[in-house]
Amino acid sequence: MDGTDPAVVNRAQRGDQDAFGILVERHSRAVFRVAYRLTGHEQDAEDVVQETFLRAYRQLDKFEARSSFATWLYRIAFNCAHDLLRQRPRMAKHTSLDAQQDDGTSWQLADEAPGRNPHRQLESSEIDRRVREGLEELSELERAAFILRHFEGQSIEVIGKMLGLQTSATKHSIFRAVQKMRRVMAPLASGQL
Amino acid sequence: MTHPTDDELVLYYYAEGDGLPAAHAHLAACTDCAGKLASLAESLAAVSASTVPERDESYGQLVWDRIKPQLEERRAPAWSRWLPTGLLTFPRLALAGGIAVLLVAAFVAGRNWPARTPAPETGAAAPTSAANAATTAEGQRRVLDGAVGDHLERSAIVLTELTNRGGGSSSGDISGEQIFTGDLVAANRLYRQSAARQGESGLVDVLEQLERVLVEITNSPSPMPALQFDSLRQRIDDQGLLFKIRILESQARQRQRNTAPAAAKPAVTKS
Repeated sequence: MDGTDPAVVNRAQRGDQDAFGILVERHSRAVFRVAYRLTGHEQDAEDVVQETFLRAYRQLDKFEARSSFATWLYRIAFNCAHDLLRQRPRMAKHTSLDAQQDDGTSWQLADEAPGRNPHRQLESSEIDRRVREGLEELSELERAAFILRHFEGQSIEVIGKMLGLQTSATKHSIFRAVQKMRRVMAPLASGQL
Repeated sequence: MTHPTDDELVLYYYAEGDGLPAAHAHLAACTDCAGKLASLAESLAAVSASTVPERDESYGQLVWDRIKPQLEERRAPAWSRWLPTGLLTFPRLALAGGIAVLLVAAFVAGRNWPARTPAPETGAAAPTSAANAATTAEGQRRVLDGAVGDHLERSAIVLTELTNRGGGSSSGDISGEQIFTGDLVAANRLYRQSAARQGESGLVDVLEQLERVLVEITNSPSPMPALQFDSLRQRIDDQGLLFKIRILESQARQRQRNTAPAAAKPAVTKS
């Protein structure tokens, strides 16, 4: 049986729920990654993943093979994150590394593997903090465009289609995002840590 | 020598754009620009080094286990909220059925859209045949005017629903409109092509604008992202699209009335 995405999507569209399960299993990690970057919070990302697949299931008959299924999911994930952040403006400004550590936020958990070099761990935490801070500085569209281009390697053309933007507008969103991220990352890049 | 701008360097870094070979050649020769690129790459490499909480191979199964029970208790589709109770009597449901009929009419009539200025008869056709042809052409024109008028009216209803909606979290829910826009796009395409064949440039322009909007509504996710939704409404306003549609609809109706057969026209009586 053809296990490619288009074939599995086709089965799911014809009512095969297990086929939809295959798609969920196949794409969950990628959707989580994007959702986490978009929301900056692990639990919010989990909610976005869940809501993304629920919406995808409801709207499955609207999916046409003009884009890849993954691209279509990213677009839904972006909408879900947008809705969630509008309800829960959780991406509050973090004032210091200490304050964030007190929150017990997820980025620390990822770095708390035993046996890691403490300096590396601190540096990695600082990078994560700055990237989060930088992403918070971006507008929603800038953030989505930058995440999809920089972390997910999507082309500007595809990102434009996903976000409903002209190519030139997509480019400018990415240019602005890169400028802002560079400003936030500057102390690290120049070795000021 | 033209140095690439910062934005062009970003495009180069991401291997996007048309000017990659030229930029590559320039960067190989220009140490200043190569330095700028290295600085950009250093910043973005630091961004890439940020981490995301790990999710192992079994994560997909976990998500599936979580959502599977909810799939079986699916809520009523969002568009059903758009329809009030008494579905069968609601005009919008009739609209959907009407569109299907229209599509057939549009396809048949659209292929034979009569020319504004019929070509002069070159042969020695009998006067009766010429009169019949004229009557047939006039009839087709009337059918088409009626169909176009209906199509524009239905499109206007959908766009009015969209543009009159207030803000709020549910304002981008376009699933109700999407029920109709797929059919409207198909019908619009036929009318536009027919109008183009006959040089109806004014109608073609408006149908092109309308088609872009309908296609965007059809292909967008619901709810539509707030920024995209606002931008779409703004575009409809800026183009005066609803106004143009209403004018064209009114013109089509007027032509339809003017070409109605005498027997069908209401009798005018003097008091």
